[in-house]
Amino acid sequence: MRRERSRRAVFTRRILLVGAAKTAVMAALAARLYHLQVVEGERYRTLADENRISVRLIPPPRGRLLDRFGEPIAANRLNWRAMLVAERTDDVGATLATFARIVPLSEADRARIERDLRRRRRFVPVVVRDHLAWEEMARLEVNAPDLPGILTDVGQSRIYPGGEAFAHVVGYVAPPAEADLDGDPMLELPGIRVGRAGLERAHDRTLRGRAGSVRLEVNAVGRVIRELAREEGTPGQDITTSLDAGLQQFAAKRIAAESAAAIVLDARNGEVMAMVSSPSFDPSLFDSGVSAAQWREWTTNRRAPLINKAIAGLYAPGSTFKMVVALAALEARAVTPGERIFCAGLTELGDAKFHCWRRGGHGWLDLREAIKQSCDCYFYEVAKRTGIDRIAAMSNRFGLGVEPGIELPGARAGLVPTRAWKRATHGVAWQQGETLVHGIGQGFIQATPLQLAVMTARMVNGGRAIEPHLTRAVGGQIVRGAKPDDWPLIGVPEAHLRLMRDAMGGVVNERAGTAWASRLPPEVGAAMGGKTGTTQVRRITLAERERGLRRQQDLPYEWRHHALFVGFAPVENPVYVCAVIIEHGGGGSAAAAPVARDIMAETLLRDPARRDTTPAPSLRIAAAEQRER
Amino acid sequence: MMERRLARERGMTLAEKLGAVSWTFVLLLGLIAGVGYAMLYSAAGLNPEPWAFRHGLRFGFGLLLMIGIAIVDIRIILRLAWPLYAVGIVLLVLVALHGQVGKGAQRWLDLGGFQLQPSELMKILLVIALARWFHRASLERVGNPLFLIPPLIAVLIPAGLVLRQPNLGNAVITLTLGGAVFFAAGVRWWKFVAVIAAAVVAAPIVYERLHDYQRQRILTFLDPESDPLGAGYHVIQSKIALGAGGMFGRGFGQGTQSQLNFLPEKQTDFIFTMLAEEWGFVGAAAVMGLMLVAMLYGLAIALACRHQFGRLVAAGITVNFALYVSVNIAMVMGMIPVGGVPLPLVSHGGSAMITVLIGFGVLMSVHVHRSVEIEGELAGG
Repeated sequence: MRRERSRRAVFTRRILLVGAAKTAVMAALAARLYHLQVVEGERYRTLADENRISVRLIPPPRGRLLDRFGEPIAANRLNWRAMLVAERTDDVGATLATFARIVPLSEADRARIERDLRRRRRFVPVVVRDHLAWEEMARLEVNAPDLPGILTDVGQSRIYPGGEAFAHVVGYVAPPAEADLDGDPMLELPGIRVGRAGLERAHDRTLRGRAGSVRLEVNAVGRVIRELAREEGTPGQDITTSLDAGLQQFAAKRIAAESAAAIVLDARNGEVMAMVSSPSFDPSLFDSGVSAAQWREWTTNRRAPLINKAIAGLYAPGSTFKMVVALAALEARAVTPGERIFCAGLTELGDAKFHCWRRGGHGWLDLREAIKQSCDCYFYEVAKRTGIDRIAAMSNRFGLGVEPGIELPGARAGLVPTRAWKRATHGVAWQQGETLVHGIGQGFIQATPLQLAVMTARMVNGGRAIEPHLTRAVGGQIVRGAKPDDWPLIGVPEAHLRLMRDAMGGVVNERAGTAWASRLPPEVGAAMGGKTGTTQVRRITLAERERGLRRQQDLPYEWRHHALFVGFAPVENPVYVCAVIIEHGGGGSAAAAPVARDIMAETLLRDPARRDTTPAPSLRIAAAEQRER
Repeated sequence: MMERRLARERGMTLAEKLGAVSWTFVLLLGLIAGVGYAMLYSAAGLNPEPWAFRHGLRFGFGLLLMIGIAIVDIRIILRLAWPLYAVGIVLLVLVALHGQVGKGAQRWLDLGGFQLQPSELMKILLVIALARWFHRASLERVGNPLFLIPPLIAVLIPAGLVLRQPNLGNAVITLTLGGAVFFAAGVRWWKFVAVIAAAVVAAPIVYERLHDYQRQRILTFLDPESDPLGAGYHVIQSKIALGAGGMFGRGFGQGTQSQLNFLPEKQTDFIFTMLAEEWGFVGAAAVMGLMLVAMLYGLAIALACRHQFGRLVAAGITVNFALYVSVNIAMVMGMIPVGGVPLPLVSHGGSAMITVLIGFGVLMSVHVHRSVEIEGELAGG
């Protein structure tokens, strides 16, 4: 009895201890709970809000590029896409294998997906396939349960209704590279494209717009529960360019067979009406990624299809430079318009001999005749009298050797040498013989076709320092530069300029002119003025000259001369200028002038001021879409 | 007085026994299970499917089972103590050989559509077996170290089997439970101190032999932020949810953390987190209060019992329940490693609910049969 009692006493004591311990444990837990919930509650509540609210960006539609009549030359098309979120599937490989059974995946697709998966964070969707057909979308939706991690959505892809004709000017868009990431969070979105070249790149920020955002309540898996707030973004703005789509296409077709470039400017304000470079490329190929083989073909092609020769091709201006030499000479009073200079077909300076293109020489010539017949000896003499530095200064006023104001990336400044430049870069003094060579636009001097067009425009528009540009309006707002008065004068006397216009009119419209064969046909109802140019790619050796100059067609392609032409029309009241270069075309009058004639004729025929009706749309988006499928 | 005592020895009628069941305690359990129903209803997005309805059904079934066990004479339970223990061990071995693998551990036995987690049942059977061993022992015998060796082995066998599953948390609970029964039986303080000291010495050796995931759990527990999206994710999200609940909670069905699935396993192990998020500190503390009342009630049953067997059984079962509750709550608050321990009567899960109610059935049997004479017992007062 007593033992039982003592045992029970021990038990009771210990059970009470256990009870106390339990109470203490529960109290401790409650204290901890109080600490977490009440004392630190605020901190955790913030964390909880971050947890459940996810901000997603909505990419705005990219602005379109329009031609001067409002016709789209870069537009958007709905693009059904399938995307993969790596963290929502246990086995990326299995998901892709299932996907490939439903919608085929090429090796290139797989490589790109793998690369994207490696590069992006696991919750960022990666595009598996885009440009899906409706039936493919339907099949994916039906099989959605077997495709964990796959989402489908509709995005926008870029289309270029004008295709290759516009490739260099409009440029193209491509997925952003590391270097493109400029802090805009939009660039991390799947399927987003940035302008990589041309106007797409120049106006990228404007075209891109600002991403809207939507605050979503999501669960831990990322599934959207509901939308909390939405902030609309700003769609990219449409940009109206100065291009005339019809003219651009005409010009592209006209030079398609050659390695060439052509530009048409409105001489009064510098608007680029057409700018083509040949050969070209299909800009839409960049949207989905260019294959290695295609890229190799483009970059090793000696005709450089990716280069916009109109702004980045550097050529000696040749005889097209003679007007600038003449204006420099007139300003320096080194020559008067009426002074006659004798051309014997050869000018000697010390031991060196400088040849005229015509072996027998031109005889006595005044300035107008010298330009008209493109006499070289006349300009050797005039250049010698004027000096290279004066010629260079005049060149700069006409935009040569100066970076052009055009908005396109990659426009080059070319080169106009001076004595100081020669000393600084070559370390030797300028030779007078070099001045003679530069009198006919050869030697160190280099210019782009665009600069030659600008030069011509400033010569025929009353001496206004127009800068070439492609942007007429941004989001409907006309930008500055459309009126001639927006541009300053370059300060060349009108009498000198009139003389140049007159002489250039003679080049085309008089029998002895070098471009007589390329005068405009009568149905255009206006005359063109211009100047031919032929530049040597390599020095003609003495031996060759002794044997007699061979015909250009007999030379290997790479040895043939570049053919140039700058022109304007109408002669009496100039509105348009054009510049044409045909690489290795042989001669300016034979190869470049006819092209310029055709382009200028088309320009004048399309001029709304000269016609009663606006031109019919020349690009058909529907047709372009059909081609893409 | 004498007559009543004789009547007890003769045995009670069924009606008497049912009348002796503590309906207050049943009501208390019903309240706790009701909390569970509400939370599971909320966890499913205010829908009785898929959890809440089945939870209610199981509770009803478990309650019947509990009352059924409550009217079984405690002396039958005493007599069956060792055979039942042997059955439990066999089940544990079976689960090790043929059990279902879930979440990296073999814990479940599929008994034709009914899944059983033998390690849960084993703890109750262990308590009964230990009580059977100690019920006739005087304090002097309990003081003899040799007398403690068989029950120690009886504790170590199931603990070792559970550890091998592997289920570290349950193994520790089993050991603690065994220790509690030893303590209630009157084993000297210093012996516990010695064992704990030995455990501290052995800990590094055991750690070496642990599974990677078990080590990871321990490491993650020591620094949860080190791996926020891996093993520490549960704990961090749980703490965020608790904190977001604040003093008065976000309201029923409004717990964004749990409703939005940031909280993993919200219907099982982390149901207390959800409760605390939706009902706040006030609600969670109230539920903890209910749990404490249930525990103290169990201890009161133990104290009121006239025989040592009943006392030890009641104490052991109550401690088992208390361990579950405190381990689960401590776990969701990030105080101890996450260990797959449900909150009894509240968490979703059939096996746990049934086992807890079987345990309470035995407890209730002790309560109903608190005054019976058990042969061989030291005469009670």
